[in-house]
Amino acid sequence: MSLLSVRGLTRDFDGLRAVDGVDLDLPEGEVRALIGPNGAGKTTLVGMIAGRIAPTRGQVIFDGRDITRLPAHRRMRLGMAYTFQITSVFAGLSVAENVTLAARRRVRGAGLVQAVTQALVRVGLEARADQVAGDLAYGHQRLLEIAMGLAQRPRLLILDEPTQGLSEGEIEGFQALVRDLAGEVTILLIEHNMAVVMALAERITVMAGGRILAEGTPLEIHANRAVQAAYLGGGDAADR
Amino acid sequence: MLHLGLIAALLAAHFLLPAYHHGNLARVMVLASYALAYNLLFGYTGLLSLGHALFFAAGLYGMGMGVQHLGLGAGAGLMLGIASGAVVSALVAALALRTSGVAFMIVTLMFAQAGFLTILHFGEWTRGDEGFVLAQAGRVLWGMDLSAPGTRYLAALVLFSICLLLSLALVRAPFGRVLVAIRENEERVRMLGYDTQAHRFAAMVASGTMAAVAGAVYGMLFGYVGATFASVQYSILPLLWVLLGGAGTVLGPFIGTLFMFYLIDLSSGLTTAYMLIAGVALVGLTLFAPQGIMGEVRRRFWRGLP
Repeated sequence: MSLLSVRGLTRDFDGLRAVDGVDLDLPEGEVRALIGPNGAGKTTLVGMIAGRIAPTRGQVIFDGRDITRLPAHRRMRLGMAYTFQITSVFAGLSVAENVTLAARRRVRGAGLVQAVTQALVRVGLEARADQVAGDLAYGHQRLLEIAMGLAQRPRLLILDEPTQGLSEGEIEGFQALVRDLAGEVTILLIEHNMAVVMALAERITVMAGGRILAEGTPLEIHANRAVQAAYLGGGDAADR
Repeated sequence: MLHLGLIAALLAAHFLLPAYHHGNLARVMVLASYALAYNLLFGYTGLLSLGHALFFAAGLYGMGMGVQHLGLGAGAGLMLGIASGAVVSALVAALALRTSGVAFMIVTLMFAQAGFLTILHFGEWTRGDEGFVLAQAGRVLWGMDLSAPGTRYLAALVLFSICLLLSLALVRAPFGRVLVAIRENEERVRMLGYDTQAHRFAAMVASGTMAAVAGAVYGMLFGYVGATFASVQYSILPLLWVLLGGAGTVLGPFIGTLFMFYLIDLSSGLTTAYMLIAGVALVGLTLFAPQGIMGEVRRRFWRGLP
């Protein structure tokens, strides 16, 4: 059964159609990558799924329930989590406090400390729990962002370009983390790094010009000529 | 610990200070309670209101009118003042929170001006600008005469202690942590599943009601109710006190109020151009300690200062 279904989702910005009648089904437990050239409408699409942007038309169905009209915070309470493309941790608060804010909506009291520690251990930041978040290195801030997503114990985790600006080593750590989560959480991953996408995604959805261009397994997408033409700009570029 | 120390020091001052400063400090403590209320919204939630005089005056007039015209006792009068503050701040919050930033400042300013003009309009009962002196009989609470300097000081200290410890508890509670997070990055808080609008509303009602408590007690202790307290000046003052003392610190509002009170007091003894001295001191502080006195202490010496 699909955890998330999107039907005919459309969004206009002053005459510019950023997303155009998108249908999408995301089965429970799947790791799905959403790729496409800049301006393809990926961030607008997930913005509508998460409730940050109101759709012009169309429906968002989460766990069998129409959530198109729900405000963002209510959707998060139903079991979504969203990590930001531009790092937006609370720079003035400590690392632990950042994660506490994320976890506290779900657990209170004794379980809270445990939940926070768990999320920090998972991304490998437990030694830095007391540091001020704004003092962390960029890569660590990205990891903190993910820890905040995990602390919410979501059923659907939306990761908006999580590896942007990370070093090779950090990307490897991130991949291990996502593999570890696979099966436990449904993940929708917006990603530019093709190596990461090919390594992690069970299925890939390709967007271009606000529409869905193709959908399939990494192998199918890799071999798809239309995708290569629209996105990768030629066959050889696919191996980048 | 530090906060209990301040309360203890203020209690000791009760026995040590000469009459003049004793009276001043009583006034400063009530005004600092008002500043604490303002700090909840401005310092911790990051909402800059230019209309808090409306809430202070709602408490002041709710109490004053109740005692003067309805013949209420001191206790019931205070309750009426607090209740009117809660109602007025809930109404203003419901409307003003539809805006943010500069629009929020203007909307709150307009509401406060409307409140000020309403008080002048009903001059027959409010005595307008001139104000009225509270009857002695209405200032006795549980057999204690609140107009006597000793009880007045202690009553002010009780009010200030309650507001201080309440602020501290609120800021440390999960609710307060969410407010701080909203100040830092509202969108992120929303995407963690918190209803930020409801949190803001609660913060504004808490802040407005605390301001009304300060207003009601101020009128009760000093026996005077007048429209000046609803004027724009009394909306700006708590902003200055909090900025000087350090926005987003629990002790800042008291330090700022004390500093400003004595700055004006001392400089007016030297020259009639005392506002010039106050102005220069303000400019100096903003240049060299832009986060206020306690903000600077936090930055340099003690990062964990609440």
